Amino acid sequence: MSGKKENSMLEIKGLCASVEGTTILRGIDLDVKAGEVHAIMGPNGSGKSTLANVLAGREDYSVDAGTVQYNGIDLLELSADERACEGIFLAFQYPVSIPGISNAYFLRTALNAVRRYRDESEVDPVDFLELVRSKMDLVGMDEKLLHRAVNDGFSGGEKKRNEILQMAVLDPKLAILDETDSGLDIDALRIVAEGVNALRKEERSIVVVTHYQRLLDYIVPDHVHVLSDGKIARSGDKSLALELEKEGYSWLQADDAKAGNNA
Amino acid sequence: MTEAEELKKIADREYEFGFVTDVESDSLPPGLDESTIRQISSRKDEPEWLLEYRLKAYRHWLTMEDPSWPKVERNAIDYQQIIYYSAPKPKKVLDSLDEVDPELIETFEKLGISLDEQKRLSGVAVDAVFDSVSVATTFSDKLAEMGIIFGSFSGAVKEHPDLVRKYMGSVVPYTDNFFAALNAAVFTDGSFCYIPPGVKCPMELSTYFRINAAGTGQFERTLIIADEKSTVSYLEGCTAPMRDENQLHAAVVELVALEDATIKYSTVQNWYPGDADGVGGIYNFVTKRGICKGARSKISWTQVETGSAVTWKYPSCVLLGDDSVGEFYSVALTNNMQQADTGTKMVHIGKRTSSTIVSKGISAGRGQNTYRGLVDVKKGATNARNFSQCDSMLLGDRCGAHTFPYIEVRNSTAKVEHEATTSKIGEDQIFYCNQRGISTEDAVSMIVNGFCKEVFSELPMEFAVEAQKLLAVSLEGSVG
Repeated sequence: MSGKKENSMLEIKGLCASVEGTTILRGIDLDVKAGEVHAIMGPNGSGKSTLANVLAGREDYSVDAGTVQYNGIDLLELSADERACEGIFLAFQYPVSIPGISNAYFLRTALNAVRRYRDESEVDPVDFLELVRSKMDLVGMDEKLLHRAVNDGFSGGEKKRNEILQMAVLDPKLAILDETDSGLDIDALRIVAEGVNALRKEERSIVVVTHYQRLLDYIVPDHVHVLSDGKIARSGDKSLALELEKEGYSWLQADDAKAGNNA
Repeated sequence: MTEAEELKKIADREYEFGFVTDVESDSLPPGLDESTIRQISSRKDEPEWLLEYRLKAYRHWLTMEDPSWPKVERNAIDYQQIIYYSAPKPKKVLDSLDEVDPELIETFEKLGISLDEQKRLSGVAVDAVFDSVSVATTFSDKLAEMGIIFGSFSGAVKEHPDLVRKYMGSVVPYTDNFFAALNAAVFTDGSFCYIPPGVKCPMELSTYFRINAAGTGQFERTLIIADEKSTVSYLEGCTAPMRDENQLHAAVVELVALEDATIKYSTVQNWYPGDADGVGGIYNFVTKRGICKGARSKISWTQVETGSAVTWKYPSCVLLGDDSVGEFYSVALTNNMQQADTGTKMVHIGKRTSSTIVSKGISAGRGQNTYRGLVDVKKGATNARNFSQCDSMLLGDRCGAHTFPYIEVRNSTAKVEHEATTSKIGEDQIFYCNQRGISTEDAVSMIVNGFCKEVFSELPMEFAVEAQKLLAVSLEGSVG
């Protein structure tokens, strides 16, 4: 469905990042074009979540080298909220709860912040509710959750559905799904994946960060990248994911050994 | 802009009401002795009984100690350095707003307190107290048609001496505490309100307090009497200029609710809090107490305390009448070097009396926030009920929250419940909001407002909006 478009949505070059003095990313190159779905796979500790968080602008991570261009702008210059307003959405691995703020109020505040940034008029509560309801079917979410506090007492599955609901409402250009499959049973996984698939479109790119191949049975990627020790060790199409499923990540170490990796 | 910079920006925002109004004032020199009190009394042309009351209070005060038990650290107050009387000139009897000094009108306009006719639209009657003196009261005439008395305390002393004599000091006697005694000795003005039997006051009554002159203390008294089956909602707001010295505000508020009467008293307190290093700011040492004298009467306190260097107050209810109800809803926010030791006392005396306490403390910067409350069920208070909820929220790791709930029960049929929580705004929450497009500033204020929602919903609409804005402006400190 894509891959032919020439314009890059996201262009990462030589990205190095560290957390509290420990280097995690050691030179990532990645090119994501509009409409593409990329899967980032790799063993624990390879830097997958770090990459997701660096792109979203989390402050605890410092970018030590490299560039990130997003739709022609220097992404690293923007704060986390500006990136969100520019259309970058991160579906969190562990969505935090915010007691005292209803899910509906939170989402409307977010939507209006994004709309203000784009010089669009704010959405009133009535129109908002209509919009949210239309999106809730997408992820099979109970309306009761709208009136509960944000992620407060939500089950693992409810939290992940809530993330996808937010994505559907905020309508991002680039969605990064960080281990969206973790903590989901197979039914919940399917529902969440169907929600994501329904949101695939020509103008939207999706980066799926996952440890396991099984999510990719449902969200079929155009490109698969394997991260190892902070670098992309291999890239390929969806068959690479299947290969990983069979062989595990042990071959990476073998490759590293061959290459004399000493990092 | 990074989160830290954003928070710094919020923290560095200046106190909005820190201006000084240039009016000539008629002040007594600093210092306090019997002659000071005689001068205050004579300037106010007071009856002999009131002077006697003041002097008794003063003599009692001399025997008392400045209390040291609140969990606050502050400079000792030199009571001989305070100016006890300051009034804007020219001091004459005002017949209408046209005679009020335009500078004063402008001051209140700046504060968003319109004293003119516009206020009719929002249905709020205002008594404006500037330094020590009530300068204007709106709508007194209209209220008078219904038999409602609303105006300055000094006016009431002259026009309704019987009511004042009967009730003044009946809820908070001058022997009650150090600052109540001081207030009784030197109070200069305040508001007085009487609602006759069966009358539901058609508009919100409001007093706006403003400290202007340097070196002055503000000692006002408020007395509200709701006669049988009457209802009144009362609002109080306060601001002061930015000054390097600590100024003392020691007020006394007394509420009396007779049978089936309801009094709702709301405060949005925004006295100057001092600067980021804790220099200057108001010492807000206030005694507020109401008595539910008649059966089925109700007194409800709602307070939003965001200002002052040190806040020390416990709006309380004495539930004397059977089936009477006391409520206390509080938001107290401390930033920078601010300290608050606040809470309530619910004294259950009558049968089937019930009380509700909802306290929300927010600490930021190096602020210290203490909830101190007493639920006291006396022997005769059969089937008394109390529910208390005390929640604390911390912003950053240099602030503190403390809770001292005292419960004394002398009747085995009583049912007393207490719940408490402490939470912290985390970097994770802020980042989550940021990632959805919400700025750090908006995220903090949204989370704090959510935390305070139960209290804000008790405020009259107009005040609730003001309180939310005030919290947003007052928030400062580091997150994480």
